[in-house]
Amino acid sequence: MSHVVEPPVPGSADLEREVERRRRELADLEAKLAAWEATAAATPQREDTDFTTVSGQPVRALYTPLDTRDDDYVQDVGLPGEYPFTRGPYATMYRTRLWTKRLFSGFATAEETNERYKFLLARGTTGLSVAFDFPTLMGYDSDDPLCEGEVGKCGVAISSLADMETLFDGIPLDRVSVSMTINGPAIMLYCFLLAAAENQGVPSEKVTGTIQNDILKEYQAQHAWIYPPKPALKIITDIFEWSAAHAPKFNTISISGYHIREAGATAVEELAFTLKNGFAYVEEGIARGLDPDEFAPRLSFFWDVHNDFFEEIAKFRAGRRIWARHMREIYGAKRPESWRLRTHAQTAGVTLTAQQPHNNIVRVAYQGLAAVLGGTQSLHTNAMDETLALPTEYAVRIALRTQQILAFETGVPNTIDPLAGSYFVEGMTDELERQAEEIFAEIDDLGGVVAGIESGYFQARIARSARRFQEEVEAGSRLIVGVNSFEEESESDIEILRIDESAGEAQHRRLAELRRTRDSAAVERTLAALTAAATADDNLMPPMLDAVRAYATLGEIRSALEKVYGRFKEPVAF
Amino acid sequence: MAERKIRVLVAKPGLDGHDRGAKVIAASLRDAGMEVIYTGLHQTPEKIAATALQEDVDVVALSILSGAHMTLFPRVQNLLRESGMDDVLITGGGIIPEEDVEALQALGIGRLFGPGTATSEATAYIREWFQENQSDDRV
Repeated sequence: MSHVVEPPVPGSADLEREVERRRRELADLEAKLAAWEATAAATPQREDTDFTTVSGQPVRALYTPLDTRDDDYVQDVGLPGEYPFTRGPYATMYRTRLWTKRLFSGFATAEETNERYKFLLARGTTGLSVAFDFPTLMGYDSDDPLCEGEVGKCGVAISSLADMETLFDGIPLDRVSVSMTINGPAIMLYCFLLAAAENQGVPSEKVTGTIQNDILKEYQAQHAWIYPPKPALKIITDIFEWSAAHAPKFNTISISGYHIREAGATAVEELAFTLKNGFAYVEEGIARGLDPDEFAPRLSFFWDVHNDFFEEIAKFRAGRRIWARHMREIYGAKRPESWRLRTHAQTAGVTLTAQQPHNNIVRVAYQGLAAVLGGTQSLHTNAMDETLALPTEYAVRIALRTQQILAFETGVPNTIDPLAGSYFVEGMTDELERQAEEIFAEIDDLGGVVAGIESGYFQARIARSARRFQEEVEAGSRLIVGVNSFEEESESDIEILRIDESAGEAQHRRLAELRRTRDSAAVERTLAALTAAATADDNLMPPMLDAVRAYATLGEIRSALEKVYGRFKEPVAF
Repeated sequence: MAERKIRVLVAKPGLDGHDRGAKVIAASLRDAGMEVIYTGLHQTPEKIAATALQEDVDVVALSILSGAHMTLFPRVQNLLRESGMDDVLITGGGIIPEEDVEALQALGIGRLFGPGTATSEATAYIREWFQENQSDDRV
């Protein structure tokens, strides 16, 4: 092995001596390392693991300065708040402001979820995050026959502005930021939120929060889509354009690796697919004629935090560096705010086990620690019972307290990016960046993200990784406590939350009442205007807001646009 | 005479988009030598029953992580019965609380597999059921 050393400045004896000292040090280390490797090779190693990360990346027994000697500190690592942001998006990070403790929550009706939000706000949560039920996620009204059995089950049912008003009753939308996990019908729910704020006297300029609005990963992994990719991307660009002028404090997209990872992807697939999706949105905006500096500062991200501690931390760090480099070097953004990747994180739901559920508290704590060491801006910690049902208040409280212990007792947030300079973490950060670039090139060869979705490339690759993981678990080469090792004969019972059919019945009554009392001529007029705007390829935000204010329902709005755009058809494979 | 292949329909009813489990199980059943048809997402019970009939399957395996299992399992079961397919095994998996599993089994639904189940367990169950119930009536 050899290494490159810059030639010394002529005439500088000090520098020459320093370079010589460094050269000797590395040569010494190489010699010592060779001897260490011989010892290690002659020493038996444990047989209960193959020493790979949960994603299958090989991990060596030892990392040394030789692993990071090609790094240029300023170019590759730098300082927090400065390009390429490896150490964090903000200069002073948690010294100035801790991460937002944001718990994803929603169930049954708007009324019941409103109570849960008030419970969370009273206990120190600092932002809200709305979980919608499947009908809402797919753009259906609660009284649609297709939704039977699913209303209010996995989240809250929101079918119109009236439901959104109830959801935030007594919660000031100029002070509490609201994140909404909504994608296919993101524009509808965004307009419901803006109109609900308007009715509280809060103009759109003052509303803070986030809509997930990341349709590309829906086709790839989460599968709550409505329209085909092209019109869906047009709608997202409409939101960017309108919000740049009217809702400057709102995060118009949360480009999400979470669902890609949960569906089975590896850490590097999560990293690469997500960033590539992000670049695709940037390219759409540029194609519309927008300057990336107008909308890129409002783009935000969302990572999964899985079990493999150091790999996850390296993923957060590599993600920031890759985003910064591409935004500046390839897309020509000029503002640091456009280069800076800000992220939400959620502990990996897929790692929770139904067996010995209390152990999940510990998994979540380690994952939460990884997210904070990775420099997340907000965090959702899962409740221990979420692989069994939606969480009980008791389980949610422990999840929130886990973050408070991390924030106030461990001392971890006292210094910024404390793992920088770790030979292993820096080396892994470099390696993940290198592998992500390879995947970007592969996607480019396929013709880009949309072509990859249409051909099923992402879906097949994610399914393959999910399969590999399952095979490792079943073969016993990857141990999961309580599942394929350390099992208990009798499981400890925990109380779980049950949602009955009453939410569906209540929603039927509410919608019947709404349809009876609203001005139906105004509904028809505004819906027709919306269809016309879609046909004319106009920005959909203004006519959508009109339809929402007239209390057109989610399903009616979805249909009004479906007439023009049609529906996405899934390429089925396994 | 070689035993014929077991025919399995793996289906995702309702609006639930979680297909990781359905795809993993479909691939394992296929690798175990079964004939597997996977419906894709967002299927109505009517569509699932029609596909089961058309494909003449032995087993219908439903994957439900949306909490709608108490509605969707009985619905598919009734539709299959109405089409004269009462000899089909209805099994499945997902996020289904133990007491609901018991209630569904009392209705004649087969075993339901929760998180953490090895795919080999599901494969063995289907194979045993087939040998006991179906193996010689069609060739």
